[in-house]
Amino acid sequence: MQLDQARLLEIYRRMQTIREFEERLHVEIATGEIPGFTHLYAGQEAVAVGVCAELTDEDYIVSTHRGHGHCIAKGCDVPGMMLEIYGRRGGLCKGKGGSMHIADFDKGMLGANAIVGGGPPLAVGAAIACQLRRAGGGAGRVSVAFGGDGSCNQGTVFEAMNLAVVLGVPAIFVFENNGYSEHTGADYAVGSKDITARSAAFGMPAERVDGSDFFAVHAAMQRALTRARSGGGPSTIEAMTTRFYGHFEGDPQNYRAKGEVEQQRATMDCLKRFRAAVTAGGCITAAELATIDREVHEQIDAAVRAARAAPMPSEADLTSDVYISY
Amino acid sequence: MPQLSMRDAINQALHQEMERDSRVIVLGEDVSGGAGGTSGEREASGGIFGVTKGLLPRFGAGRVIDTPISESAIIGAAAGAALAGLRPVAELMFADFVGVCMDQIYNQVAKFRYMFGGKSTCPLVIRMAMGAGMNMGAQHSQAIYGLLTAIPGLKVVVPSNARDAKGLLIEAIRDDDPVVFFEHKALYPRKAEVPQEPYRVRFGEASLVREGSDATVVAIGRMVVFAEKALDALARDGISCDLIDPRSTSPLDEETILESLDSTGRLVVVDESPPRCSVAADIAALAATRGFSSLRAPVMQITAPHTPVPFSPALERAYVPGPQRIEAAVRQLVGTTR
Ligand SMILES: Cc1ncc(C[n+]2csc(CCOP(=O)(O)OP(=O)(O)O)c2C)c(N)n1
Ligand SMILES: [Mg+2]
Repeated sequence: MQLDQARLLEIYRRMQTIREFEERLHVEIATGEIPGFTHLYAGQEAVAVGVCAELTDEDYIVSTHRGHGHCIAKGCDVPGMMLEIYGRRGGLCKGKGGSMHIADFDKGMLGANAIVGGGPPLAVGAAIACQLRRAGGGAGRVSVAFGGDGSCNQGTVFEAMNLAVVLGVPAIFVFENNGYSEHTGADYAVGSKDITARSAAFGMPAERVDGSDFFAVHAAMQRALTRARSGGGPSTIEAMTTRFYGHFEGDPQNYRAKGEVEQQRATMDCLKRFRAAVTAGGCITAAELATIDREVHEQIDAAVRAARAAPMPSEADLTSDVYISY
Repeated sequence: MPQLSMRDAINQALHQEMERDSRVIVLGEDVSGGAGGTSGEREASGGIFGVTKGLLPRFGAGRVIDTPISESAIIGAAAGAALAGLRPVAELMFADFVGVCMDQIYNQVAKFRYMFGGKSTCPLVIRMAMGAGMNMGAQHSQAIYGLLTAIPGLKVVVPSNARDAKGLLIEAIRDDDPVVFFEHKALYPRKAEVPQEPYRVRFGEASLVREGSDATVVAIGRMVVFAEKALDALARDGISCDLIDPRSTSPLDEETILESLDSTGRLVVVDESPPRCSVAADIAALAATRGFSSLRAPVMQITAPHTPVPFSPALERAYVPGPQRIEAAVRQLVGTTR
């Protein structure tokens, strides 16, 4: 699919918003003002945005503990996310969820999940709903399960993939292979060392793409979407990527070689690659991108200031949204 | 006597038991960390809370096993190894992940000895970090010892301090039954005097942490720390209480609770879990049945509300039962029935 200039600028804005959001959180978390523990998505932006670029609000995604990028790519309200991460009133989940549990149902974002492997079965269920609606004359919608290389070792994920194949539902499994599950390498924990082949063995098309190349992710997703929307069943995409920070903020990363992150920032930065690709084509200038950078910076800065100034939830929220028998 | 954090006390117990008995193995996610990493640092973490640090360099990868994220396989494999003669200590990084491997715990591990007519033992320890108070959200903060206490065939241990934790873990490893061992995350850094040599703390033997005459306070895990704070405040007004730490919720030391209740006539139970079908409810039922004639007032249960654990610090503070609620409960109980 050809992306016109306006679409490319919009895609760049999404990716840059994720980057700025996460880089800023990295700074703000160090101040101690943000509660809990936070897993930053910086480095993986091309995957979330490449996967979500052609999704509508009626398509579903389920996300992970490292979910900020998926949320922004799917169109979740950025100030609302920031409020949620700060645990403040007005957060997307009223401050009850936090960084690992952001959801926005109006945007087809069925929730981030702090149980590794918790999401893919949910995505299959949403895909069943999509399939039924399509059979009833509705448009062909899809459901995407994001997961990491570590998640692919969880039994729930195996079950979900098999069920999707058995039912032929429009589910798309996206494995973001950033090389690590917490402090353990994927080359150790994924026994066959090949998530793509493992996925294909379930009986669905599976392809590995360069996750720092937005266009590669986007193209693979186009193929999976075309299949899913037309009743062709599930697919898997394994995107090779990297995280620019630790597993969570505060992780000393003793398992990573010295200089690894710096080297990956130099060679695998999806934003740098995107900038180079679109400016080389001549249709977009560096100045246009710089304008977006400035606007995004201001937007995130405003979101942080608003979150810091926002009141805490009221104690009444503790016992709302749940059935309490006494 | 050396002061050790609960983290280090548990770590010491693991070292000493692995040293003593070559059948003891440790397995779980990132128990050493660094497997497959690029730094060449083979023990890159020693557990995300540092509890299993030093085990891999000392005992090697054959006995200190880093696993993929596969909780069902971790617990199932540990159980199978136990059936085959090893004494595994399996780790679930967070107690909440019991949800992923519940079948292995309650249909497999818990039932073997009875269901196979006493032919097998399953000397397995399942360690897990639990508890609210660190803003980790609904799926990383639960205190689910009550859930497992309800399952026949399991022993369930909830230490409140470093000294007990060491002795209870050694006991757990030497016990022939499966033991679920709950470690409150907020207690890891708390220090106590911990003897260097190995020692055992028997299950079903509560600890009488404080002695008093106005009421009996039974508290579980971290709630013991909060109850002590409450008792300090109450003491300034001349109110004194027995404070009982059951240490194991299964078996439960019913006699110590009933004896204390007999002398005070009043009972407050403090439990970090939601109230329904909880350890608090269980102990209240003990008082209402076997302790009925001792009771001079209704039993008071101080628990979390019947909700998931909220993320926001403002809400989580209100969720966790704290010293003020315990103090108020005792005052109310003593004040209205003196
Ligand atoms: C069921 C379960 N087991 C373990 C964890 C702890 N944990 C959180 S994230 C994580 C690693 C996940 O690795 P991966 O799937 O590769 O995602 P990444 O963090 O790299 O994005 C682990 C072990 C968890 N949250 N849930
Ligand atoms: Mg990973």
